Amino acid sequence: MSKFKKSSGTSQEIPTAALPDIIFMLLFFFMVTTVMRETDILVNQKIPKATQLTKIERKSLVSYIYVGEPKNVILFGSEPKIQVNDVFITKEDVIGFVNTEKDKLDEVERDQITMSLKVDVEVKMGIVSDIQQELRKANALKVLYTTMRRIAED
Amino acid sequence: MSRGKNKKPPEVNSGSMADIAFLLLIFFLVTTTIANDKGLLLRLPPPPDPNQEQLDIKIPDRAIFTILANSKDQLLVEGEPFDGTMDELKDEVKKFILNFGNPTTEGVRIYNTLPSKMKAFVTANGRNPESSDDPTNLKAIVSFKSARGTSYDLYIGALDAMNAAYNEIYAERVGITAEEWLTLDRDSDLQRDLYERGRDGIPRAISIAEPD
Repeated sequence: MSKFKKSSGTSQEIPTAALPDIIFMLLFFFMVTTVMRETDILVNQKIPKATQLTKIERKSLVSYIYVGEPKNVILFGSEPKIQVNDVFITKEDVIGFVNTEKDKLDEVERDQITMSLKVDVEVKMGIVSDIQQELRKANALKVLYTTMRRIAED
Repeated sequence: MSRGKNKKPPEVNSGSMADIAFLLLIFFLVTTTIANDKGLLLRLPPPPDPNQEQLDIKIPDRAIFTILANSKDQLLVEGEPFDGTMDELKDEVKKFILNFGNPTTEGVRIYNTLPSKMKAFVTANGRNPESSDDPTNLKAIVSFKSARGTSYDLYIGALDAMNAAYNEIYAERVGITAEEWLTLDRDSDLQRDLYERGRDGIPRAISIAEPD
């Protein structure tokens, strides 16, 4: 009882002519969706986890401040440091940094600037609250603590 | 007729095209990082105005839910040591916000907009005269104060718990889950309406005090 013919005479090979197209499609997807990292991060960054995440609506309004223990402990010591762009700054320079970032924006949007704080979990609150006080003085009142999503344990 | 016209046009061998594309793909996969732009949003209070005299608004103790953290990451919640999980802290905050101890007319209006399940929650856990009067402006403030030596991890955990309490209340009020609440898109009219109904009258009053 051969309901299924053994050989239908058709070619058994899968045509691979479209493979480059598929790969190119993947390539373009990654090229478009990913962003090249523009700064070298000089501090340890182990981002804490949280559940109540909000997404930034407009990326152009965001500036980043990195806080953590320097990766190069011999050169910079093991105290947590503040990094913006490619350099370490002291907390007194935060106002200046906010103002240069604000100058890059349109005048109407300057008050909506969002400072994204990427802080290492090992850091203590002292330095974080110092930055917050400086941000208040600089009138950059929207702060985003960058966190990863915590997957529920249960 | 010349002989050349009978020749087939020369073809470029495109068999290795996939390999070249793979190489490029792997290069981009390795060199790029997907930007992580999610996190906990906090609005800082405006800086004190030196020309203006400090207004001393009296807020009764029962309207403030105080969470204190010391440098050893121990918590003091409403004056008592707290060693539960962040989930339990969230439930405490929720009970505080939905206390309705002595609601004003605005508070009564908000109470009446709550779904019956939340009304039952208020009757079961709330109505404590020593907790918040109602969730309207300045009547229920959740305050967190850390020491300089508190770990950032604990701070994020507490901030997350406080935000979770509010988000759960908002979500439950409009009958969706907390996850759905967080993904509401405010550009769509329908979802913005849900968002505004959820938040109506219950401002997110989270206050982060400066460490000593």
